[in-house]
Amino acid sequence: MSTPRTLYDKLWDSHVVRVDHDGSALLYVDRQLVHEVTSPQAFEGLRLAGRRVWRAGASLAVPDHNVPTTGRGGGVAGIADPVSRIQVETLDRNCAEFGITEFTMNDSRQGIVHVIGPEQGATMPGMTIVCGDSHTSTHGALGALAFGIGTSEVEHVLATQCLRMKKSRNMRVTVSGATGPGVGAKDIILAVIAQIGTAGATGCTVEYAGDAIRALSMEGRFTVCNMSIEAGARAGIIAVDQTTIDYVRGRPFAPRGAVWESAANAWRELVSDEGAVFDHEVAVDAAAIKPQVSWGTSPEMTVPVDGVVPDPAFEADPVRRQSMAAALRYMDLRAGEAIAGIGLDKVFIGSCTNGRIEDLRAAADQVRGRRVAGSIRLAMVVPGSGLVKKQAEEEGLDRVFTEAGFEWREPGCSMCLAMNADRLAPGERCASTSNRNFEGRQGRGGRTHLVSPVMAAAAAVAGHFVDTSAEG
Amino acid sequence: MESFQQVHGVAVPLDRPNVDTDQIIPKQYLKSIARSGFGPNLFDDWRYLDPGDVGDDHGKRRLNPDFVLNHEHYRGAQVLLARDNFGCGSSREHAPWALLDYGIRCIIAPSFADIFYGNCFKNGILPVALAAAEVDQLFAEVAAAPGCKIAVDLPAQTVTAPAGEVFRFTVDAALKERLLNGLDDIGLTLQHRGEIEKFEARRKAEAPWVFN
Repeated sequence: MSTPRTLYDKLWDSHVVRVDHDGSALLYVDRQLVHEVTSPQAFEGLRLAGRRVWRAGASLAVPDHNVPTTGRGGGVAGIADPVSRIQVETLDRNCAEFGITEFTMNDSRQGIVHVIGPEQGATMPGMTIVCGDSHTSTHGALGALAFGIGTSEVEHVLATQCLRMKKSRNMRVTVSGATGPGVGAKDIILAVIAQIGTAGATGCTVEYAGDAIRALSMEGRFTVCNMSIEAGARAGIIAVDQTTIDYVRGRPFAPRGAVWESAANAWRELVSDEGAVFDHEVAVDAAAIKPQVSWGTSPEMTVPVDGVVPDPAFEADPVRRQSMAAALRYMDLRAGEAIAGIGLDKVFIGSCTNGRIEDLRAAADQVRGRRVAGSIRLAMVVPGSGLVKKQAEEEGLDRVFTEAGFEWREPGCSMCLAMNADRLAPGERCASTSNRNFEGRQGRGGRTHLVSPVMAAAAAVAGHFVDTSAEG
Repeated sequence: MESFQQVHGVAVPLDRPNVDTDQIIPKQYLKSIARSGFGPNLFDDWRYLDPGDVGDDHGKRRLNPDFVLNHEHYRGAQVLLARDNFGCGSSREHAPWALLDYGIRCIIAPSFADIFYGNCFKNGILPVALAAAEVDQLFAEVAAAPGCKIAVDLPAQTVTAPAGEVFRFTVDAALKERLLNGLDDIGLTLQHRGEIEKFEARRKAEAPWVFN
């Protein structure tokens, strides 16, 4: 009998083209997703070296980071920021030149690269998936090996369909039991990051397991895997089950007929074997997870909503103490302050973490028939894709949001990283469903609190954070 | 790619953990479609008191006198001394491009984020992970004599502290070889074209849906 293997071992083994004498492997890449920010220099490199794209059909491109979320009537030529416009035009030109399928800005299927990949069925179980974006880990929720790469590697994959790399270690995070009311996938992953730290999974591929993970919808699983990089892991994965297979069935890129049956049968094998050994094991009790709110400038600086801002004085490590103090200064918070009492200026619902239909439904449930608090300057919903937007509109969610005082925007990355016009002004405080609370992430001097869509919506109505698990 | 052998240069100390790539090069500069010219915007939010954008004349902006890169002692620094988990966050290769464009050839820290670590090797920058106590000692020596130099030798895999103590570091043999010789990764991989084609044909037979 062969040695039991983890899911990561299986995905790795099935993609190794060759192993060199130095132990580094050439790993075959099934799918590459491409966006406008990390690809122009890669295409330029190909041109300068006179190289062709190995397999154009392996790539799917979409502009998302830099596109405006309002006023797209003028098309790409109408993008107000000339530097952004050039970058989006460059993607269009590169894809046309190299024969890569692109959903252009005004295509109904345009959206955030990590939302449209699964939505189209372009990312499937068992695949190796890369993109010049660290949140590529999202696609691991399908039982795929998916991770972010730099631009040199984007060029390498375009030219060779392979990556040169070494295998990482196996970590399993088991979330046992059931979560309580008002607690969702975002709270689970924020609690995991708070527990293991922002570098806790560096060098590892994390498999999320346990009843609480199995109970999540695919949307929730994408949220969990999405933030693996915030714990330092390049990739996060979840074993295939019926939820995975049901999600993929019928999507535009998904196989059909007899091929579907053989694909689904192959995918059912994508689980860690009984007895497989992990280098690291982490146990989390789902029932103990409260709704989470980040207070600092690293995703690990997160506490339950019924908690208080921590005091650096109780931190033993001097480097960490200093970093906590710097975070308190940047965030303009005081140790001991109640999280639920923190007032907000803006609310952002969207991103590759929480811009899917289920996220919008959960947020809409909080605001239906209510109004955004008068103290909130801007509350905005940015759907993750054109198709998510369309679905939400068919369900009337857009009206729920706009009647409550939210703005309803066009799809894109938007205020998750503020490359377009959507950003915080210096000193503004935002409840955000995105993934990073780094200094200046949402705009220079802006203050970000990472939360779930339920929390963001409830906070928009209240004007401050509220314990959503204490309701009803 | 630029090769890396040795560096003997001024070390600038950046004394905070979890420095993310958003800090190394803020998002507005990622709109550029070039690989160079990011140096003036390295650590932009910390380095300048006023906000900046692509196309600004950064020479006219107000420098933050409290930020270490702006201290006279550290002018022309080639070695960056950093803390745990340097380069976390986004995969943007603009981060090593900005460091290189500024003149940094080596970063010494107790630990690095994975994607950033790999991106450095693709751009002629050597990231060196030393034990936390060794990094503490380098910080202390640089604080005692600002502007002092640290020597880094890739063939010998050593870091020589300003006071002369030598620390050894480990580096993956394959990454070392490519950095020493400034090798073109794509050219190396394409030497195995036949094997890639063979693998691809087998994959297509076994999992045709992947090629939809």
